[in-house]
Amino acid sequence: MSTEVEPDFDVIVVGAGPAGSVAAYRLAKAGLSVVIIERGEAPGSKNLSGGVLYGRVLDEVFPGFADEAPVERRITRHVTTFLTPDSHVGIDYRGAGLAEPVNAVTVLRAKFDPWLAEKAEEAGVFLMPGVRVDSLLTETGIDGRQQVVGVRAGDDELRARVVVAADGVNSFLAKSIGLRHKEPTNHMAVGVKAVVRLPRTTIDDRFGLVGDEGAAHAIVGDCTQGIGGGGFLYTNTESLSVGVVLRLDDLLKAGKNASDVFEHFLAHPGLAPYLRGGEIIEYGSHLVAEGGMDMLGEVATHGIVVVGEAAGLTINSGLTVRGMDLAIGSAIAASDAIAEAIAHGDVTATGLAGYRRRLDESFVLKDLKTYAKAPAFLERTGMYGAYGELAASVFHDVFSLDGTPRKHLASVAWDAFKRSPVRLGQLLSDGWAGVRAL
Amino acid sequence: MGGGACTVKTTTVPERLATNRFEIDEDESHIEIDQELCRSTGTGAAIIAVCPANVYSEQDGKIVADYAACLECGTCLAVAAPGALTWHYPRGGFGVSFREG
Repeated sequence: MSTEVEPDFDVIVVGAGPAGSVAAYRLAKAGLSVVIIERGEAPGSKNLSGGVLYGRVLDEVFPGFADEAPVERRITRHVTTFLTPDSHVGIDYRGAGLAEPVNAVTVLRAKFDPWLAEKAEEAGVFLMPGVRVDSLLTETGIDGRQQVVGVRAGDDELRARVVVAADGVNSFLAKSIGLRHKEPTNHMAVGVKAVVRLPRTTIDDRFGLVGDEGAAHAIVGDCTQGIGGGGFLYTNTESLSVGVVLRLDDLLKAGKNASDVFEHFLAHPGLAPYLRGGEIIEYGSHLVAEGGMDMLGEVATHGIVVVGEAAGLTINSGLTVRGMDLAIGSAIAASDAIAEAIAHGDVTATGLAGYRRRLDESFVLKDLKTYAKAPAFLERTGMYGAYGELAASVFHDVFSLDGTPRKHLASVAWDAFKRSPVRLGQLLSDGWAGVRAL
Repeated sequence: MGGGACTVKTTTVPERLATNRFEIDEDESHIEIDQELCRSTGTGAAIIAVCPANVYSEQDGKIVADYAACLECGTCLAVAAPGALTWHYPRGGFGVSFREG
């Protein structure tokens, strides 16, 4: 270590989201002194997500967490829908197997994140809310390396052996030390979301749910007016989370305004049966990293590791959108590596290299690699307009008995295909790419 | 589309933002705009388009930021040309507080 100053803590964690709180909790359990610095007045107050947590990984940290934590509903129904201006075609999967063990839950972060932070506090973590970390504190080692030795917040300096940057998708800390760079706009998307209050029984009836069952709807097509991305509709206990995710390059190219596209989605006749009579009780937005494997850079250097969204760890496979589970997975890998590095007295990049190794071995990077081709596939344009129209057209002709002689399904499909702007080569190419990417 | 009445009760963006709690930092804005660079790089039009809270607007040829309504997502920064926009988080305890999230 280049510093003679005794650190204030073994580890400083910046950000009390799932990544930060889980890392802090596990480090405290390993016997280290840990502080979480959170810029919001309370954990969760700055945090926003679409709302589905694939929680199996959290069960490893807090077994049976869904019974204790303030989660909303247990997702047992996944609906994927192609929306056109006046129709929708969908796949509806319902499975009791998703209920036990609990596979996914909806969460509202202002309620869920405080629970996680409290778990960390109970384990001995010191929580400092309402404090914005302004920069990293670095020292130059004898070998010329820039070693992170703490953080600066206003006039205060706080020192630690290791800093965990769990400061979210914008991660100013990771950028300041060169671990993240500005991403091209096709790697980024903006999520716009409203929470719509409805009575619990109304939600049960409209989505066909019983007890604490929940539904997750993923929607593509006219919900984004052809812009790359999609819409979502998730059930909470007594509200719905409804929103759109819009890829920034496409949004700019379309010359549309993000709030107008969201407006269009909210007013869409396809959503009316679900939203009718609801009241918007919150409006929020969140920047989403969608580059996948392409945007993963270095996750650690001297005295610092980056976890969760700050490291760009999100997956959009088209069918599932994931962030929180990867955040928790990265926190597990990082906390084990940090405890090991501190025990060995080496917190340089070499000492912390165990983080990347553990990440590589965990589901986090395995899944990121599996879906490495998904971002490029989802940039193909047919997904957001023409394919939905084509499917809707086939089903319309199947069900609309207008007196014309019936044809076999293959002919109906072929006729619809000929009317559609989709070309056979494009369909085959996209189909093949999709099977391999998703 | 259009014509169909919005099926939820609250309708405009300002009305929606009013459902959020904001602790406004009267002493400093967390957003600074370089007018010259904003104009020459097209950043002005881009940040107006992508901001879900409609924080940015053009008034008398200048891009202005109503920083008090910021949802702190950082999307503006993601589309801004280098130097055209200085955007960081509000000071600790200030800005938006989500009650749902």
